[in-house]
Amino acid sequence: MMDDEVEMVTIYVMGKRHRVPAGLTIMKAMEYAGHQFRRGAGCRGGFCGACATIYRTKGSYKLQGALACQKIVEDGMYIAQIPFSPAEKKTYNIEELRPDAGVFLEYYPEIARCLSCNTCTKACPQDIMVMDYVQAALRGDVEEAAKLSFDCIGCGLCAVRCPAEIVPYNIGQLARRLYSRHIVGPTEHVLKRVREIEEGRFDEEIEELKTLDREALQERYETRERRL
Amino acid sequence: MRLPYYPGCTLKTTAQNFEESALASARALGVELVELPRWNCCGTVHALAKDDVMHYLAPIRNLIRVEEMAESGLVDEKRVVTLCAMCYNTLKRANAVVKEDQEKMQKVREIMERENPYGGSVQVVHLLQVLRDLDWSKVADRVERPLKGLRVAPYYGCLLLRPRGFGIDDVDNPQVMERLLEALGAEVVNIPFKTKCCGAYHTVQMKEVVAELSHRILDQASSAGADMVATACPLCEYNLGPRQEEVKKLFRGFAPLPVVYFTQLMALAFGLEEATGFEQNDPDPRPALRARGLLKEES
Amino acid sequence: MSPEPSRLALRFKPENASFKAKVAELSGEEIDLCFQCGACSSGCPLTAEMDLLPSKVIRYVQLGEEAVLESKTIWVCSTCFNCEVRCPRGIDIANVMEALRQLMLRKKYDRVSLDALEPEELRGLPQIAIISNLRKLTA
Repeated sequence: MMDDEVEMVTIYVMGKRHRVPAGLTIMKAMEYAGHQFRRGAGCRGGFCGACATIYRTKGSYKLQGALACQKIVEDGMYIAQIPFSPAEKKTYNIEELRPDAGVFLEYYPEIARCLSCNTCTKACPQDIMVMDYVQAALRGDVEEAAKLSFDCIGCGLCAVRCPAEIVPYNIGQLARRLYSRHIVGPTEHVLKRVREIEEGRFDEEIEELKTLDREALQERYETRERRL
Repeated sequence: MRLPYYPGCTLKTTAQNFEESALASARALGVELVELPRWNCCGTVHALAKDDVMHYLAPIRNLIRVEEMAESGLVDEKRVVTLCAMCYNTLKRANAVVKEDQEKMQKVREIMERENPYGGSVQVVHLLQVLRDLDWSKVADRVERPLKGLRVAPYYGCLLLRPRGFGIDDVDNPQVMERLLEALGAEVVNIPFKTKCCGAYHTVQMKEVVAELSHRILDQASSAGADMVATACPLCEYNLGPRQEEVKKLFRGFAPLPVVYFTQLMALAFGLEEATGFEQNDPDPRPALRARGLLKEES
Repeated sequence: MSPEPSRLALRFKPENASFKAKVAELSGEEIDLCFQCGACSSGCPLTAEMDLLPSKVIRYVQLGEEAVLESKTIWVCSTCFNCEVRCPRGIDIANVMEALRQLMLRKKYDRVSLDALEPEELRGLPQIAIISNLRKLTA
């Protein structure tokens, strides 16, 4: 493709200038520019949270967060990937926990340092009210924290931006686990599906899938995407 | 009268009895306390460093909620009622600073970005002030079961009274809780340390120090013949109440003394026993209340 | 605490001016108003735990002695404002204590280590205690 055929934009990946076709996602634009992803790419569909990216656009002071596989490049964009946010994930037995404020303070006491600055919410590519769910957890409202954080895919951008060094996605995950285990309990449709699996209802299909070659699998996958 | 109400985190956990008894008692007096929607932790304590802006976001965000609430007609006034002494102090002081300092107000607005700008129209009060404004005779009229013979030592602690200009009452000799207790029919026990610090947040990493300070306060109350101590702060309640376990370790022969929220005594006197929540207090105040004939014997 | 109070020259050294000015700026207090009456120290409920009396902390600041930052006192102060209501010169000593804490905290100093606190203990504490503690004692 030549520059005069397709509209091109200039982006800066880790400070290096590239001319890339407009309309590409950050991820595709980076690949176009010659980057090969060994980390920081997963489902490519906006579900897995592996491709957390921060960027600034031309003329703006704002540091913004996005998923590289979802965000379309803009002219003059400065891009850096944050493929991993260093954070300790605590080990707990969900069966033994009580769904209250104490459990959050026990495992993640740093939530008490929340400044309510809302930087996490501003960083979230999923448009989740991150600060609100951290605050709900702090006051022991497990249900609210679980519901508000439901769309979290754990990309980690909130955690790298938090001035109080909180890891919000861990809080949301704990809230959702507590909520589903101790407040709503297992739902009927899940129990039904587990029974079906145990009864071998899907065994035949799985066995069939195992015999397919790469092309046939890809065809199935893409048909499934269209069906959805 | 519907007033905006800011609970604060602890009122939803270890101080549920404070909230429950306060809401029920206020309602009995015709004051509907309407909880703020989407409130966040006030970020206690107040930011004292003069260049601090970040710690104003939390309190001011809540004051924005109050303005939004009033705008949508959920409440009749922009006087936000607090129960927790520390929330009261944090919200009140942050409010005063940004109203005074336009530059700080502007910075807060810019950093918040996604909020409506704070108009500075909110007044922060404590429930005790609301009660005083109602007039004590109105409180006394509502009493169904006077707390006759109950000897209560009011304990204010720090942040309801200090620093100067931010307290709800006279800084050296506050009387508001005394007047309330009298209206409820209780006998007030005066202790010199009613405004001394309980050690506050040192309870996290220096609990022995807190036990020392709490012991001084509790010992004065016991010596003066109090049946219990009344407080208005969930941290004072914790340090004077559950921390008695530590006091016992340091002081041989220490006799436990119940510590209750003033609102619990109000609910009791108003005949709202189901809203008193005494079962959450540690040490248990019920034996002392039974001894004074204010609660039925255990069935 | 160093230097030893007894060996501290009770004379303001010009090179200490910047530290003194920084504390004054952060606290918003006019430190030279203090005439060392000691009312703050006599009313302070926590002096038993302190290595320097609050009034002495103010004296150190008057002299611009940065060694005051090593004092235990600034961390023992619970910001109860007893000193503030007692000071006949209108100094809010709690603000000065906060300025000194901030000078340490802003150098990445943590007085309390969250990681060292017992999970069981944290579980039982009211949020108000943990929030205010970390607010005061962690960077």
